[in-house]
Amino acid sequence: MDSAQIFLQFLLTADMSIRLSVVLILACLAGLYSERAGIFDIGLEGKMLIAAFASAAVSYETGSAWLGVLAAISASMVFALIHGVASITYRGNQLISGVALNFLASGLTVVLGHAIYKKGGQTPALSGSQRFEEITLPFADTLSNVPVFGPIYADVISGHKSLVYITFLIVPLTWWILYRTRFGLRLRAVGENPASLDTAGVSVVRQRYSAVLIAGVLCGLAGAYLATAQAAGFGREMTAGRGFIALAALIFAKWRPWYAMFASLLFGLLEAISNLYPNIDVFGLFEIPVQFTQVLPYILTVVILAGFVGKAIPPRAGGEPYVKER
Amino acid sequence: MDKMPKWADVVLIPFISLILAFIASGLVVAAVGADPIKAIRVMVEGAIGPRGIGYTLYYATNYMFTGLAVAVAFHARMFNIGGEGQAAMGGLGAAIVLLMFDWPHWTLALPAAMIGAGLFGAFWAAIPAYLQAKRGSHIVITTIMFNFIAAAILGYLLNGILKNKATQSAETVRFSDGTHLPTLHDFFNIFGIPFSKHAPANISLFLALACAFGVWFLLWRTRLGYQIRAFGHSENAAKYAGISGVKITVIAMVISGALASMLSINVVMGETERLISSFVEGAGFVGIAVALMGRSHPVGIILASLLFGGLTQGGAEISFEMPELSKEMVLVIQAMIILFTGALDNLVRMPVEKVFLRLRKEQN
Repeated sequence: MDSAQIFLQFLLTADMSIRLSVVLILACLAGLYSERAGIFDIGLEGKMLIAAFASAAVSYETGSAWLGVLAAISASMVFALIHGVASITYRGNQLISGVALNFLASGLTVVLGHAIYKKGGQTPALSGSQRFEEITLPFADTLSNVPVFGPIYADVISGHKSLVYITFLIVPLTWWILYRTRFGLRLRAVGENPASLDTAGVSVVRQRYSAVLIAGVLCGLAGAYLATAQAAGFGREMTAGRGFIALAALIFAKWRPWYAMFASLLFGLLEAISNLYPNIDVFGLFEIPVQFTQVLPYILTVVILAGFVGKAIPPRAGGEPYVKER
Repeated sequence: MDKMPKWADVVLIPFISLILAFIASGLVVAAVGADPIKAIRVMVEGAIGPRGIGYTLYYATNYMFTGLAVAVAFHARMFNIGGEGQAAMGGLGAAIVLLMFDWPHWTLALPAAMIGAGLFGAFWAAIPAYLQAKRGSHIVITTIMFNFIAAAILGYLLNGILKNKATQSAETVRFSDGTHLPTLHDFFNIFGIPFSKHAPANISLFLALACAFGVWFLLWRTRLGYQIRAFGHSENAAKYAGISGVKITVIAMVISGALASMLSINVVMGETERLISSFVEGAGFVGIAVALMGRSHPVGIILASLLFGGLTQGGAEISFEMPELSKEMVLVIQAMIILFTGALDNLVRMPVEKVFLRLRKEQN
């Protein structure tokens, strides 16, 4: 393989990594809002799945991918609301609520899909305006002749769907909200020490509900991207564990926005590698099986959690329902 | 003073939650244009009919194992969401033992397979337990990660060295004839009782019942069980009483993992008679619902397992009888039950408590 070919492979892998990491970034940020506010969310997977179905179905019926996004956000927010009612209002177990919502999404998407489209839970394939179109950034064509930088700009950075660019704008926005606004300060406080917020006269319940609902919006976007941008329609269980990879990325990032993006990009890269190069031959000595690349995110997370490489300390009040003192 | 009598907590609240879950599921059925009453009738007939009962008991056996696994961990105040992975690894352990020798008779193969499955399942639970006890990593997250890692290991081995080269699918060769467990048909035949010949239910059911008794005996009749419950009740008090937190965490999870792994005896040894990659099929997660409904008590778990076994079988029947409903309706019902009996427990509990408090006031 000469250098030109290697460069081509590099462009291909980088481009695919970005495409695949978008879902992870959105879901990871969703988990970040929720968990920084002290509400564990293992239902990211379920929220994305129901959102993916809603976006595919509505987009197919209306012919508008943006209406699909709206439907996805609504569906995901309904799930988020159930999670909020169970874990905030009724102070139930947040993990059990998450498990229930994942089950509900797995079942409901297929039951509804089967009833409406009779295709074993799938929606019909989407095309044209039912999907998102690629956007060519300005000067992509003119710059593509510039060596090295040109192809990187034209093939890797340009030519993605609008949701991709929106996602990469949400990352700094999240940083700004979390660390530069009063809302963000309160959100972080409610996850560390809700009593202090209560003492200051701020509603713990309202703060936590807003966090959980923001997580709903972001999972909605993730689901819509999955079904109407990355794929062309809904397939059963199409999230395929990405909600849990996002959870792993969140721990990997130690619950911080920029790191969440980098962790998601890393895990997106691993997914791209396992797609493009299933079994990697290492100098003819041994072979790295595709399964290893696929579970590397989980293994890395366990290592990080175990504190062998830098300790990941979750928000202190995470998982604990808040009981107001009387 | 208790807010309400014990029977209300053990029977009344789960019952009301169950009704709510069924109403919510009925709304979904009605929403897709099917008849909820007919769905219930088809389900009940499908679950307890002469043919269906053998399947109901087969699924119930699985849920007893995973339900008991979750319950033992619950008693030590741990949430073992890794039953899925522990059962998968158990299947690997059982398969290795069963493929290694040419077993002459199942009475020899069964204990050996149980040891193989138990060791693998226990090991798979012991690592997250150790990491929780020693390094403070949250056991829920690590067990979730371990589910995926177990699935990958199984996928790798079943596409590699353990693969049956004669087929396209990822599975091992069939185990030898000497490993086949008697079905309930064979068993009841000895006593002249008729039982469906084609149902997969096998004598693993008795193993599950024995495990239920064993868990009851362990938790309420032994020193170790007392320590587990004391640790679950109050970690600090238990430590003050000289109970080692690390030891109890690891032991409770090892028992939990071994119980989950016994599912593979029922499925891999008893039914498929070879190792396939996706044999657990979510039973590890259903175990959470079973333990919640059964209030983490073996008797409750047996009853809840029968209910969930019936749901799984009856739900499969629905999709045959009512083509407008898919068999994934079962997942929706299970989700509703987990939601109402688990996460929304206080939704039912708070009003019920109020009623009992008022009744007591009137009596005084």
